[in-house]
Formats: sequence, C-alpha cells, structure tokens
Amino acid sequence: MGAAISIDYITHHYPGQEKPTLKDIQVAVAPGETVALIGQSGCGKSTLLHMLAGLLLPSDGCVRINGHQVIKPSPRWNMMFQKPSLYPWMTVRQNASLGLIFQGRKKAMRERIDRLLETVGLTDKAEMNVQSLSGGQQQRVALARSLATDPELLLLDEPFSALDAFTRVALQDEVTRLARERGISVVFVTHDIEEAVAMADRVLVMGSNPGTITAELTVDIEHPRDRNGQAFVDRKAELMGYFGATRKPGANALPEEAESEATADSDATTTEARRIRAA
Amino acid sequence: MNREATLNELNPALERLLPLLRLGDQIRRRVQYPALGIAGLFALWYWGGWAIANNEDTMAFASFAPGPTLAAFWDLVVSGNVWKPIESSLYRVGWGLFYAIAIGVPMGVMIGYFLTLKQVTHVPFQFLRMISPLAWMPIAVLAFATWDGAIIFLIAIAAVWPITYATAHGVQRIDPMWLKVGSNLGANPFHTLRYIVMPAIAQDVFAGIRLAVGVAWIVLVPAEYLGVTSGLGYAINDARDTLEYDKLAAFVLVIGIIGYMLDAICVRLIKRSSYHAEG
Repeated sequence: MGAAISIDYITHHYPGQEKPTLKDIQVAVAPGETVALIGQSGCGKSTLLHMLAGLLLPSDGCVRINGHQVIKPSPRWNMMFQKPSLYPWMTVRQNASLGLIFQGRKKAMRERIDRLLETVGLTDKAEMNVQSLSGGQQQRVALARSLATDPELLLLDEPFSALDAFTRVALQDEVTRLARERGISVVFVTHDIEEAVAMADRVLVMGSNPGTITAELTVDIEHPRDRNGQAFVDRKAELMGYFGATRKPGANALPEEAESEATADSDATTTEARRIRAA
Repeated sequence: MNREATLNELNPALERLLPLLRLGDQIRRRVQYPALGIAGLFALWYWGGWAIANNEDTMAFASFAPGPTLAAFWDLVVSGNVWKPIESSLYRVGWGLFYAIAIGVPMGVMIGYFLTLKQVTHVPFQFLRMISPLAWMPIAVLAFATWDGAIIFLIAIAAVWPITYATAHGVQRIDPMWLKVGSNLGANPFHTLRYIVMPAIAQDVFAGIRLAVGVAWIVLVPAEYLGVTSGLGYAINDARDTLEYDKLAAFVLVIGIIGYMLDAICVRLIKRSSYHAEG
C-alpha cells in the first residue's frame, strides 16, 4: 500500500541566506499517486525531496507520511539519487540486499533478491561486481535496492538524468510500471518535461527565489503512455508554457480551473494543518 | 619436399613442447628485471668487500664481503641459531604493531570523520610524530617493568602515526553519497561502520600498516641494542662485541630478508583489500 503524504506549510532557510529557499509549500499526495516536482535549478525542489526522505529537517512546517511526522530516514520510504551510488566492493546481490540486512530481515532474503533482480532484468549479473555494469544497469541495481525493503514511497532525485536517452526512457517506463503494480507512491524531481509527463499523475511546477509551487497540472493519460499521442504532446506543450517557452498561444497563463482547484485544495490543507496544530 | 616432411614429423613434438616454452617465457619475463636488480646489489656488495679487503686500514673487516657472510648465514640457518632472535624480534614487532593498529585505526576514523578533532589534534600530533621514537627510550625504560614492554612501547609509538593518518585520509575520501544512501536504507552506526566505512577505507588502512611495518622494523634494531639479551638487534651488537663480522653481516642479511617478507605480506593485503575492479 502506498503512503499518503502531507507537506504542511514548509518554509526553509539555509544558514547565511537572506531569502528562504522554500516558502509556504503545501502539498498532499494520495496513496499510490505519482507526483513530479519540476523547476529550474536552484528552486529548492531537491531540498524539498530531501525533507520528504527525512534527510533534512525544514526550518518551519513539517512532512507527514501516513500521519506520522518525518524526523529521520526510514526504509519505508526510499530515495534514489542521480548517481546510483552503489558500493563498489559488493556484488549486485549484496548491494540489493543491503536494506534488508540493515533491517535484520535476513529470512528468505536470497529468494526475495532473486525475484527482484529478475524484475529489473539483472538475474544473470547477480554475482558480478557492480563496477562491471553499465550506467543503466547500475541504476537498475539501485532500483532493486530501493524496492527490496517494500517501501510505501519512492523518492527520486533526477535518477535518470545521467543516462543515455534509450536507457532513460526504458527506466522511466519500468519504474512507473513497478510503482503502479505495487501501489507505491512516488515523488520525483526532474527538469525534464517529457519525464514529468511520462511518469506523473500530477506535475507541480516550482518557481525559485523563494521556492514556491507556482502551478499544478494533472496528467490523466492512461498507462502505458504513448509518447507520440496527441494528449501527451499537448501536456508537454502546456507544461513547457510555464517556463516561458510558448509553443501554443495562451499556454503561458495559468489555467483558470487549475488555479481555483489549487487554491481550494490548499485551503483545505491549511485548515487541516491548523486543526492538527490546535490539537 | 623433403624438408616439409621433416617439419611435419617434428610438429607433434613441437606442439607438446609449446606450452612449456610459453611458461618458460612468462617466468623469464617476470623475473628478469628483479634478477638484474639483485645481481646489481650483489655486485656492489662484492666490490665493497674487495675494496675493504685491499685497504690496509679496513682489512680487519674483510668478512663483511659476500663470501664469508653467506657462509656464516648458512651456518646460522643449519645450526638453527637464526630462529631464536627472529622469534624474539617478531614477537616485539607483532605486539608493537598490534597496539599501534588498535589505537591508530579508531583514532584515524575519528580524525577523518570529525573536522574539529582533526584541527585540535593537528599541532600536538605532528609535534609528537616528529620526535624520534628512540628519544622516548629513557622514559620507556623507567615507565615499563620489562625491557620487552619498553621496546613494544617504542615500536607502537613509532608505528601509530602512519596508521592513524592513512586511516584518516581514507575516511576523508569516502563518497558522502555512500553514507547518505546507507542512512537512507536504515543503517545504524554499527552497520555504517561494518558495511560502509571499513570496506571503503580497508585499502588505506593496509597502506598505513605497510608504512608502519617499515618504521617498526627500523626502530626495532636500535631498540634492541639496549638492555635486552635477545632479538636481531642484540645479535648484531653481540657479534660486534665478539668481532664476528661475518655473523654480524649475516644478521644484517636476515633483517633485510624478513623485512622484505613483511613488506610483501602488506602489499598482498593492500591488493586484496582494494575494491577497485582489476584491469
């Protein structure tokens, strides 16, 4: 079962910086939903993701996962980074097993990892040192490592940006498929518009200085998504519009409907947050 | 026609010989340069012996030459008299290194991990490091009840610095992402040390131990000049007192051989602990 996330009024100051990096962020993610955070470099999207993972605590506000405030990392939510960051002294299997070892879940670990490696297509590489794998294969090991502990939430910090185009597309589809099969909630950071439209149920556009959520776009296209389909192309163009690169006339403006929806949504969250604080 | 027939007859024999020839070639290629170096050292030694023997002032020391030395060396090995001093010396070096590793590795991990500790310890440690271990001799003799204790202390205090600083260097080179991924997978401090830090720094630690072995082996001999009645240092001093210069030179040879072997073991350990893919 996927995790429900509630990001409540997060404002964050890095020490020594005058302006906040993030200001009044509030988002709710439903169980099993895939949400993309998209924005230019330095808008604080990665900072926000680190807060979801519990690797960084916000100056104000908090993150709740299934109602529990996030104060430290947990194997129930797992983060994947731009670099696979595998441990080069271990085999594929050892790398993938690590989360289970740390949790003390060594029972039937071998079979579990076998199944996972099969899922990510690395069965024949199980006993090989990870240094002999290609970039895409390494990122697949990292994916297996993240999935091994049965997380309810997967956090992805531009995990495919260092890969070649073919591998990137394959992994985008694979992660989406696995997350949907397992009902895992996904929040991912990207600056690739196609990636956002290909994977997300909802795209949050972030602006910088201070980092805020400036627009929201629902992508209601059936999976598996046809990247050449009209709906896909339209969504991409619409999203591109928020970054000033207009392809379609009028796409630059925030759609009326989405805006009112976002406002209503945030109002609800605010009252809820207030209720929680008062309690 | 005739010639061809002869060649054909020879072929099976040649084919059987070929692997043998190849092996011989491989061995030759591996040993030719080391053999050249060893031959060079022997030539220099031989020339030195000849020069000493032909100078009226130094004629008394003619048994330093290779001939008498190798004869004395052979006597030591055959009579078994060579083992007792080796055993005493290795015992002292072994314990000295044990304490140096037991203190140096944890200290190095801490210095590498905490910048403050590095800054605090920098001046006092560099100051202590530059004091010749032998300068501690009088204090060591006062402080320790036995000569063995004093010598082990001197070896430990000499060997602890390379181990400490090599370890600290290794810790500083750890990819911060490895630690981040580890904590993200739910590693506790013990897990981090056991599965991430120790494998990551193993090679640096052994490189430090290699340097330490060199220093310890050097400090050992002068330390054994004083007080004790066993060990290789004592054996050299004893041979000098009894004017047995061939035996003295034979012990120098023993020190060199054992030192070389200790270093070779360290090199093997460094190679084995390296996680870098070969080739």
